[in-house]
Amino acid sequence: MKSNTNVLIALGLEGSANKVGVGVISHDLSTGAVEILSNIRHTHITPPGTGFLPRDTAAHHREHILPVLTEALKVAGIETEDIDVICYTKGPGMGAPLISVAVVARTLSLLWNKPLVGVNHCVGHIEMGRQVTGAENPVVLYVSGGNTQVIAYAEQRYRIFGETLDIAVGNCLDRFARVLNLPNDPSPGYNIEQYAKRGEKFIELPYTVKGMDVSFSGILSHIESIAPDLLSRNECTPEDLCFSLQETLFAMLVETTERAMAHIGSKEVLIVGGVGCNLRLQSMMAQMAEQRDGKVFATDERYCIDNGIMIAHAGLLAFRSGYTTPLENSTCTQRYRTDEVFVKWRE
Amino acid sequence: MSKNLIKQGAEARVYTTPFLTRAAIAKERFRKTYRHPLLDKKLTDRRLVQEARCLVKCRNIGVDVPAVYFVDLENRTIYMEYIEGKTVNDLLADGAAITTEESDELAKKIGEALAKMHAAEMIHGDLTTSNLMIRDVNKSLAIIDFGLSFITSCSVEDKAVDLYVLEKTFLSTHPHAHHLFLTILKVYGESYNNAKSVLRKLDEGK
Repeated sequence: MKSNTNVLIALGLEGSANKVGVGVISHDLSTGAVEILSNIRHTHITPPGTGFLPRDTAAHHREHILPVLTEALKVAGIETEDIDVICYTKGPGMGAPLISVAVVARTLSLLWNKPLVGVNHCVGHIEMGRQVTGAENPVVLYVSGGNTQVIAYAEQRYRIFGETLDIAVGNCLDRFARVLNLPNDPSPGYNIEQYAKRGEKFIELPYTVKGMDVSFSGILSHIESIAPDLLSRNECTPEDLCFSLQETLFAMLVETTERAMAHIGSKEVLIVGGVGCNLRLQSMMAQMAEQRDGKVFATDERYCIDNGIMIAHAGLLAFRSGYTTPLENSTCTQRYRTDEVFVKWRE
Repeated sequence: MSKNLIKQGAEARVYTTPFLTRAAIAKERFRKTYRHPLLDKKLTDRRLVQEARCLVKCRNIGVDVPAVYFVDLENRTIYMEYIEGKTVNDLLADGAAITTEESDELAKKIGEALAKMHAAEMIHGDLTTSNLMIRDVNKSLAIIDFGLSFITSCSVEDKAVDLYVLEKTFLSTHPHAHHLFLTILKVYGESYNNAKSVLRKLDEGK
């Protein structure tokens, strides 16, 4: 049991996509120390060639959230009375999976008589990335299966400088993985990355940057339509296609990030979100930063990939600034833009 | 030959350099090491040519822009005229004394130039007050930095975005000069046949 009243402990529950995660974090108000007490996750993995559907994903979350929760509390070594606040993902994400997790958060809040905080998933990623890397005021590239945004902080909000005009970069990679029938274990993007490492030949693909915005759907349609033909005629290998796709998509992301850095005069970049684990993306970003005397911050799969701890962390920051979500407002929303959140906890 | 770096943007390094007998700007789209060499070359060549094309086209239809001296594809560099003058950003800066008459005159020049450019289906792509200059010699309004410019096929939306970018600069950098932006729109509306639909689109975006 915790003895120090200067320590606040938050429980975070996440389930906006195919991962259900629970994390426990503590903030020591007197020293400013942040400690990750546990970070448990379970992923809904579907057969190769398929994606994950809202209904099945919600069923997966319902099945696994209690064991994940029990495990998270056990690893953290805390009692329920030690918890000060329960944080859950309000959105954005898939409706049914979000709701399946929010129900648990509400129940725990009533059962244990603890306040609730609804957290914006994107802000969770950003705050966790800042915490883990120590980046102070970076331009943030948030890249995942559902989101692609170039973000910078100004006046109490995370402002979106550029974003995808259609599908997310991770969605583009995942859907191409289905074309090649790559396994979804541990994730389709990871398998594309491994294939890309062995690719040699660069196949030209469309390149769509509009100012600071990007568009991926045309690239996906194009590569989907040329792939079967190129492969059957042995003009290139699946590895070459993965390589070319990654090179093209990531060049677009790095270019728009660089433009945002030049625009606001920042020297730091932070990459967050599932696609942020990709080492090729990290190294391209590092090369760009080097040409501008800048620096890249990135995290590994524990924090890049959706997790409960980031929800606990961002929720606790909001809670410390006096914010709670009353039970009657503890809804979920599939659309919840990063810049809708009033960031009271930052200068 | 002495080259002086005056700016490093996201896309290019800009130098002042003599070109034959004249003062010139050399704009080099430096190699991006993070990009695959084939992709880098394709993008750079395309954008370099696009920029030069827009500059030349503008000049042909009487929009004042820097004259292109030379395009060096191999070294990814455009050499162009060095314009002596002040940017509109400087002219509107705090403390810069500008009379109502002068500011009306300035707005008129900007509105007319943009109307002419858009009528020729050219989009600047980065219209800020730092990219608008008044020449010292004849007080003509010159538009500079066509690095993100392109030629459209009658896209109302692209033109509205051009104006929107300019409006954002006025709101964030010259909030006291918003009337000037409104005059620009008025003159733009009077000087360009298709302005109505562009201005409507601009309104919709808000």
